[in-house]
Amino acid sequence: MPDSSLFAENLLDARDRQLLEQVQLGLPICSRPYSAIGDNIDMPEAEVIERLTRLKQQGLIKRMGVIVKHQQLGYRANAMIVWNVPDDLIKQLGGHISRFSFVTLCYQRPRQPEWPYNLYCMIHGKDKVTVLAQLDQLNNACGLLNFEREILFSRRCFKQRGALYQSKPWALAHG
Amino acid sequence: MLTPLHKQLLNDFQRDFPLSPTPYRDIAEAIGVSEADVLSALSDLNANNFISRIGPIIPPNHIGVSTLVAMAVPEAQLQAVADKISAYPEINHNYEREHRFNLWFVAIASDAAHLNAVITAIEQECGYRCLQLPLLDDFFIDLGFKLDMSHA
Repeated sequence: MPDSSLFAENLLDARDRQLLEQVQLGLPICSRPYSAIGDNIDMPEAEVIERLTRLKQQGLIKRMGVIVKHQQLGYRANAMIVWNVPDDLIKQLGGHISRFSFVTLCYQRPRQPEWPYNLYCMIHGKDKVTVLAQLDQLNNACGLLNFEREILFSRRCFKQRGALYQSKPWALAHG
Repeated sequence: MLTPLHKQLLNDFQRDFPLSPTPYRDIAEAIGVSEADVLSALSDLNANNFISRIGPIIPPNHIGVSTLVAMAVPEAQLQAVADKISAYPEINHNYEREHRFNLWFVAIASDAAHLNAVITAIEQECGYRCLQLPLLDDFFIDLGFKLDMSHA
């Protein structure tokens, strides 16, 4: 696990956690949503806003806003693409891949026996043909053509939720 | 049917949502409609399942520990195995993908010991090995997703 996780744990106090649990469930659609959130955990509106502002500045909130459902909006093809790239090039390649607007995630993960890949990206597209064309574009522009790779389209979704672990419903970008 | 207001709300407010006492009024003022219009349009989007929620995205491994897991399961048993795995509260995403490793899920727990216990329990219950692929580095700056809604 990255060291930053321990560091981040220390930046959060118990009230931050309570607040994140609440706001994670979704901001109510009403005139004073932060006041409504605060009412649930006995926290004044001003403190809710102040804490959320700090959490965002600290990077513990990556972004705050409308979370769209790709599938429902016509983005029905979801592909995970994996490459086996040299470790010393991975930061540079990951940075380059992330700049394409159709890329929705880009991660490094460890290689494993029977699984030689270390660089991952996710593309949400309207259909498979579009996604494959976008992948061609990516492979050409980033110089990825010579690396071993696979594309894994998603089929059935068995479970997806923002609410996660026990009473701590964190919406992670993607574990 | 999505109106121009719906599309604008979907595209332009995925990040930097106002952290002010009246965020929806601020959005309304920024785009030149009434607060009631914004509240009603967002309620429509929510009711029609176009948005999952309005809220924060938290980067992985900053709170709790998590891992992506891949499993190779014979097709005939896939649904049954997937159902067993989905039943664990520590599992959030659980997908079928087109590959020999055909089941992909994310496990999250409060600490490494808890995470290991969950992975071990899943392996024992399902009888297939878990390929653990925890995140090492995140290259992506999540600025939201630019939607092409020319035909939406």
